Amino acid sequence: MAQNASYGLLKSSIGKKVFMALTGLFLCLFLVGHLAGNLQLFIPGEAGQIQFNKYAEFMTTNPAVKILSYVTYFSILFHVFDGLALTLKNRKARPQRYHYKKDSANSIWSSRNMGVLGTVILVFIVLHMSNFWFKMHFGDIGVDAEGRKDLYTVVAASFEQLWYVAIYAISMVAIGFHLWHGFASGFQSLGVNHSAYNPIIQGFGKVFSVVVPLGFAIIPIYMYLT
Amino acid sequence: MSQNTMNLKLKIWRQKGASTPGKMVDYTLNGVNPEMSFLEMMDVLNQQLIEAGEEPVAFDHDCREGICGMCSMFINGRAHGPMTGTTTCQLHMRHFKDGDTITIEPWRSAAFPVIKDLSVDRSSFDRIIQAGGYVSVNTGAAPDANAIPIPKEDADSAFDAATCIGCGACVATCKNASAMLFVSAKVSQLALLPQGAPERQERALRMVEQMDKEGFGNCTNTGACEVECPKGISIENIARMNREFLRASLVKKKKKAGMAAS
Repeated sequence: MAQNASYGLLKSSIGKKVFMALTGLFLCLFLVGHLAGNLQLFIPGEAGQIQFNKYAEFMTTNPAVKILSYVTYFSILFHVFDGLALTLKNRKARPQRYHYKKDSANSIWSSRNMGVLGTVILVFIVLHMSNFWFKMHFGDIGVDAEGRKDLYTVVAASFEQLWYVAIYAISMVAIGFHLWHGFASGFQSLGVNHSAYNPIIQGFGKVFSVVVPLGFAIIPIYMYLT
Repeated sequence: MSQNTMNLKLKIWRQKGASTPGKMVDYTLNGVNPEMSFLEMMDVLNQQLIEAGEEPVAFDHDCREGICGMCSMFINGRAHGPMTGTTTCQLHMRHFKDGDTITIEPWRSAAFPVIKDLSVDRSSFDRIIQAGGYVSVNTGAAPDANAIPIPKEDADSAFDAATCIGCGACVATCKNASAMLFVSAKVSQLALLPQGAPERQERALRMVEQMDKEGFGNCTNTGACEVECPKGISIENIARMNREFLRASLVKKKKKAGMAAS
């Protein structure tokens, strides 16, 4: 009975969850880096423009950043397709639904709606990348006083439009709820559950899920108002 | 003992057989004693149905003292009804009010097909146990107490996991119909003890593989299962199973034979 030999980690329910956790937690690290970079948009005037464009050039040309960016693209795509595979299997596991099911009695809303939240985030990522990432890489944008691609002006122009600021703010709420459950859930999937560390993981996860999306959301709002 | 009796409206899933479609049917039941258990209320309903010449409602039950895991029923949107830490047989009608409408459905899972009405086939759980939920060596007669030293904390954790009665409430309540709480309890109760440790890797691989084969969903860590579990099994066990399975998947050497006894 060599039934385990062909049974790969990725095919198993737990294996899929482990990869979901690894990619998800890596993307949490990515969020921190991304937010740190974005904070440069708070630098006022032309100094801010020059600084941000310098940063944008570094982020698109540095080889180490390049490797990290490919890991990030891979993580996003893997997280999406793995999540889709898990969701489809979960649907199949209950073909006949309940007439009445009181989910609020035993679990939080975000934990039951990770797929919906993830879909909102994915749509946002596509929109976000087509607006900034695509223009930086392939678009015809002007140059600043020091001759660098002027991504700053593209960003500033986008965040002069109220509907654009609103989409960003709403998407950050979705990311917040996704992280509210997802951060600690990732550790549980990896088997990290210990009474000494659970409060730290859960507490840090909650703070992370509020502070990071809030940080991202404040920037477009700030740029719109100034 | 004089009691105020209750009049209830019941919405119950009726299904003639595994391959026939079912539907929710409304019943009125008067004169219910609040001190009855939920199953006794169902007995009274069935008596009423039999006297009216109708088919009684099929439902699973056995010990009626909360330890066998047979009684199921999804009551008012929750596994085993509105109380936590109890089975349906230990749920009493005093937790409902006169005039209430109570919705009663069978466990819903592809791996728990309906046999009839509220009765479902939970033999998928048995097949998971058969896949590795045992210790292969013949342990002989009961050894002297403390002949094998086991730390108190490990013994307690193993016992906590072993209190699982295999009722399936975790599957019924999980949004993904996942059996992870059940399987993790069975993996843990043996992995934590010296008698079960030699086969822990093989066991985790085999039981998880069987769990997936049976068509249970994946765990999204909502924690609903541990809230609804009549025995309060912790999702800490799921994390332990994840570790066991992960370690076994990564380091276990392939071998031709299965566990010793199989």
